[in-house]
Amino acid sequence: MQIYLPIAEMSVNVFLILGLGGGVGFMSGLFGVGGGFLMTPLLIFLGIPPAVAVGTEANQIVASSVSGVLAHWRRGNVDIKMGLMLTSGGFVGSTLGVFLFRWLRGLGQIDLVISLCYIVFLGVVGSLMLVESIQALRTSRKQAAGGPVVKRKLHQHTWIHGLPFKMRFRRSKLYISALLPMGIGLLVGILAAIMGVGGGFIMVPAMIYLLGMPTAVVVGTSLFQIIFVTANATFLQSTMNHTVDVVLALLLLLGGVIGAQIGARFGARLKGEQLRSLLAIMVLIVCAKLLFDMVSVPAELFAAGTGGKH
Amino acid sequence: MRPRLARLLLALIAVLSAGPARAAEPLVADLSSHLVAITTGFVGTDVLLFGAIDGDGDVVVVVRGPQRPDTMRRKARAGGIWINSGSAQVDNAPAFYRVAATRPLDQVASATTLERHQIGLEHLTLDIRAKDAEADPAEYRKALLRLKQRQGLYGDKVQDIGMLSQRLFRTDVHFPANVPVGTYMVEVYLIAGGLVISAQTTPLVVSKVGLGADLYDFAHQQAAAYGIIAIALAAAAGWLAAVAFKKA
Repeated sequence: MQIYLPIAEMSVNVFLILGLGGGVGFMSGLFGVGGGFLMTPLLIFLGIPPAVAVGTEANQIVASSVSGVLAHWRRGNVDIKMGLMLTSGGFVGSTLGVFLFRWLRGLGQIDLVISLCYIVFLGVVGSLMLVESIQALRTSRKQAAGGPVVKRKLHQHTWIHGLPFKMRFRRSKLYISALLPMGIGLLVGILAAIMGVGGGFIMVPAMIYLLGMPTAVVVGTSLFQIIFVTANATFLQSTMNHTVDVVLALLLLLGGVIGAQIGARFGARLKGEQLRSLLAIMVLIVCAKLLFDMVSVPAELFAAGTGGKH
Repeated sequence: MRPRLARLLLALIAVLSAGPARAAEPLVADLSSHLVAITTGFVGTDVLLFGAIDGDGDVVVVVRGPQRPDTMRRKARAGGIWINSGSAQVDNAPAFYRVAATRPLDQVASATTLERHQIGLEHLTLDIRAKDAEADPAEYRKALLRLKQRQGLYGDKVQDIGMLSQRLFRTDVHFPANVPVGTYMVEVYLIAGGLVISAQTTPLVVSKVGLGADLYDFAHQQAAAYGIIAIALAAAAGWLAAVAFKKA
């Protein structure tokens, strides 16, 4: 069954889109990630114009983050104060990102920037995660064999702790400068708007390793701020670029919601380190595919309809 | 659509054979529909073009879509990766272009005649301004035609027009699912002895209708409200999902 997408201006198979939403939803439920970093490239592979894929994906992530944050909220795993600091930076960042997106689109380099951002961030995050999860798997094996346990300090004191505007974050058990979460929010906001992702895969490691937040509140707080950042991106993409397709977004989230629930049930049966190593491998596969597309000789050197005057 | 077509043809024959007053018209043509409606379930459609000629000659049909300014880009390798390096501005390429004829075009008329009426892809006048040191407008032109053909928007070849008893003709014009919206021009030429004897132009509107059209208009005219509704819908759907699956 075909359905015509009014904003993308093309006809797609309903079941293909529902299946795509379901598949990516399954992954996001399984690994506890947003799935935007998988969905946006897949939509582009399907022939959805990159600008529409990015704008629509922002809209869909609003839904999946609202759905995801509620469970964390009930368990009290959302640091609202930290979330608001991240959001204030994220608002500015995503606004800048949408403007940057528009400017790059005019230059004809938006596809390049999107691909490069994906390759760099997926490559770095994927490799780090893979190394870390393999080490964790080894350690847990050693522990089982009765080896010594190396306890890591919660966080070290560096120049970061000398920054002004210190603030107490009770739920995160931190006393740090408000500039830090705002700065992280800003940078991730820019990337989220350009890449059409929530940015959880960058935000979560940044919260753990840069801010030193306890793991329990990281995912909930990240989802909390993603809602506002992607809502802002959706609004700006709608008003400035007219690239949010609600029909596509609704189809994706319908499949995504169901897939995420099934994925979450599967995920409960697997160990954390195993999940992370699987996720890392998948992230690296997407990264490798994009890298391959960039360096291999393209089938067609010319493109039409890229940022013409409408 | 078929019974309607039969009726139209019958009506046409009746009109043509009614008397000498009408017979003076050397070329009469019409479309089975003047509107291609892009509805939610649109997968492409065929529009029937039919008509009659009085006297000898060839019939050539050209369907042209609206002209939209566009930017083309060319990739080149730089530092190991392929990036957009050159561009060209094309202002007058039709969004859609198809030709149908009773005989091969080169047998119907001279290149000059075809050129004058822009009949056939090779006679299409394209204003291409390249900003590219390594590719000339001719390369961009070839690429443009190739891309549009791959999208199904330009015809690969000249389509056949079926003739009935040397007077009636008919041909199907196919519009694929990705057909751009706008006002199209369907030009019908009667060519005899290499000269255009008669010509007729009929407009055809390709337009979104129904929910899709309303959404598109809403998204463009009330962008802020559209954005807020999109966010509210997503938030509500997410909340509903969380509540529904919590109980399950």
